[in-house]
Amino acid sequence: MFDLERWQEIFDTIRKNKLRTFLTGLSVASGIFILVILLGFGQGMQNGIANEFEEDAATSVWVWPGVTTKEYKGLNPGRRIQLRNENYEFSANLLGDRIENKSPRYFVRNVQVNYGKESLAYGIQGVSSQFQFIENEYISKGRFLNYSDEREKAKVAVIGNKIKRDIFKDTSEPVGQFIDISGIPFKIIGVYGDVGGEREEERIFIPISTAQQVFNGADHINNMAYTLPPADDFETAVAQSIQFTNELRAYLLQAHTVAPDDTSAIQIWNPMEEAKRFYTLMSGIKFFFWFVGICTIIAGVVGVSNIMLIVVKERTREIGIRKALGAKPWSIVGMVLHESIFVTAIAGFAGLIFSMGLLELVGPHIEVDYIMNPSVDFNVAVTTVFVLIFAGAVAGFFPAWRAARVHVIKALKDE
Amino acid sequence: MIEIKNLHKSYQMGKNSLHVLKGINFSVEEGELVAIMGSSGSGKSTLLNILGMLDELDEGSYTLDGVPIKNLNETKAAQYRNKFLGFIFQSFNLINYKTAAENVALPLYYQRVGRKERQEKALKYLEQVGLKEWATHLPSELSGGQKQRVAIARAMAAEPKVLLADEPTGALDSKTSYEVMDLIQKINDEGNTILLVTHEEDIAHMCKRIVHLKDGVIVEDKKVDQVRAEQYV
Ligand SMILES: Nc1ncnc2c1ncn2[C@@H]1O[C@H](COP(=O)(O)OP(=O)(O)OP(=O)(O)O)[C@@H](O)[C@H]1O
Ligand SMILES: [Mg+2]
Repeated sequence: MFDLERWQEIFDTIRKNKLRTFLTGLSVASGIFILVILLGFGQGMQNGIANEFEEDAATSVWVWPGVTTKEYKGLNPGRRIQLRNENYEFSANLLGDRIENKSPRYFVRNVQVNYGKESLAYGIQGVSSQFQFIENEYISKGRFLNYSDEREKAKVAVIGNKIKRDIFKDTSEPVGQFIDISGIPFKIIGVYGDVGGEREEERIFIPISTAQQVFNGADHINNMAYTLPPADDFETAVAQSIQFTNELRAYLLQAHTVAPDDTSAIQIWNPMEEAKRFYTLMSGIKFFFWFVGICTIIAGVVGVSNIMLIVVKERTREIGIRKALGAKPWSIVGMVLHESIFVTAIAGFAGLIFSMGLLELVGPHIEVDYIMNPSVDFNVAVTTVFVLIFAGAVAGFFPAWRAARVHVIKALKDE
Repeated sequence: MIEIKNLHKSYQMGKNSLHVLKGINFSVEEGELVAIMGSSGSGKSTLLNILGMLDELDEGSYTLDGVPIKNLNETKAAQYRNKFLGFIFQSFNLINYKTAAENVALPLYYQRVGRKERQEKALKYLEQVGLKEWATHLPSELSGGQKQRVAIARAMAAEPKVLLADEPTGALDSKTSYEVMDLIQKINDEGNTILLVTHEEDIAHMCKRIVHLKDGVIVEDKKVDQVRAEQYV
């Protein structure tokens, strides 16, 4: 490798066979180019996904009870789980320091809602004051429910923008007006909007305490929702929320005497877990990209190998001459291998630099969902370099071996 | 310099074996200029290839400059070729993308001579064959006679003990052939041992000894009065 003389020999050969060398190099260069671009975008997708989920303030966790499917401690399957206030309160105590916002929810069903003489068909939900932040609702008029509404079981309601548009049109002012729920007047204290769109703006929120008391809810809760405080980075956020989910589930399973492996009795939906699934999928995609990239390089290597084989064949006579002049078999192997590695490495570097340059230039300007700042890190670049040198050696091996076995007399007859 | 005893060589052709050399005994002293003659297929090239360690003998012994040549692996053969032998071929066998000087310098590369010294030596030998001005030309820019002279310079550059030439004038017209022979004679005058294969009587008579091969054996081996090629050029 450090034989200066041989370098000079190889430079001579390359200089005098520019086109051939160029074509040989091109296939490798494009292989590396494709690999790096693919890996860059793999990274970009990963960045993008992390970003999407980070932005979503909803490091939220939702709990829905269901029906047991497994017999456990003498209890038959098919039992419907009912969440109660005590579950909510206990969980808040248990995990309090790790909760940012929390809210139970009670759906008020089968009630008549009227505004004046108009009958309305909107869902009524009893929630806590923090529900606003869990659902990311913004207030367009008045205010959201607050803690004293809850404590005093106030008969107040917050309506969605869509409801306001539907029944109050643009003219009259809803805040301060009353709607009748089951004949009980509720005072409208605010109007909220939701970035999620109209469908999310068709709800009427009232304090959970009021909902339970007025509509015979006893201490029943339909579901519970939490948000967790933001973490420094995505990985921590995922880890935190999974930890939280697990503890919450453990408590609820125990409180309701549910088999630990019964997945339908208590369902906890955690977008971070979703994110993690995305993340895992992402590693899958990344692996796939590597795979495709490596395949491309293999194609390049096979190309180089083929070209080198042709080269060796073309140079059979020359190799014969060299051998007649005293070239040892190893020096012929060295010559072919050296040239192959050199050409592959140089071409590969060209592809590497070109593709990294392109990512560097174009990457930051890419604005597509789930792709952010595609880039290739240093480790990948280094790995690629090793892949290259290895590829060059592999590409050169077969032809070199062929060359070393050239028989002088036959070679000299070759034309 | 060369000592051959009872040399046999056969080629395997499928089922048949072709017995090409059937017991050759012959020796060459230092400074000799030997012509090997014989009809086509008589085994001249085969003999020369064995002498040049490009082919292996089946039976008998071969000693070169006191070194028994036997059971050499490729590396060893290459080493000996490089050290002991220079080749001149009918078809010149120059490397077409290397200049005259680079061609001449090539055996020195395999002797691990440094680049600068290689270049100097190459020029020196090109000068000896009268082609110093052509040093930077590619073979394709040279005439047949010039190419052969470059090939001779290349064979000389390694300073071998024996020069082996297989029909060195075979591809040349008679005038150019004489020029080449003139050169070979001069190299021989300096004490170099040379064996050359030829079909042509006149070329053979420019050597000092003629060996006749027929059906794989030497049928005649005589010393001749050398005709100088100089007078024809
Ligand atoms: N590698 C080989 N395999 C099989 N047979 C061979 C081989 N080399 C030579 N022969 C045969 O051996 C015989 C002698 O060949 P050789 O080349 O020595 O003849 P030659 O005297 O040099 O002939 P020419 O004057 O035509 O060059 C020929 O019949 C040839 O066909
Ligand atoms: Mg012959």
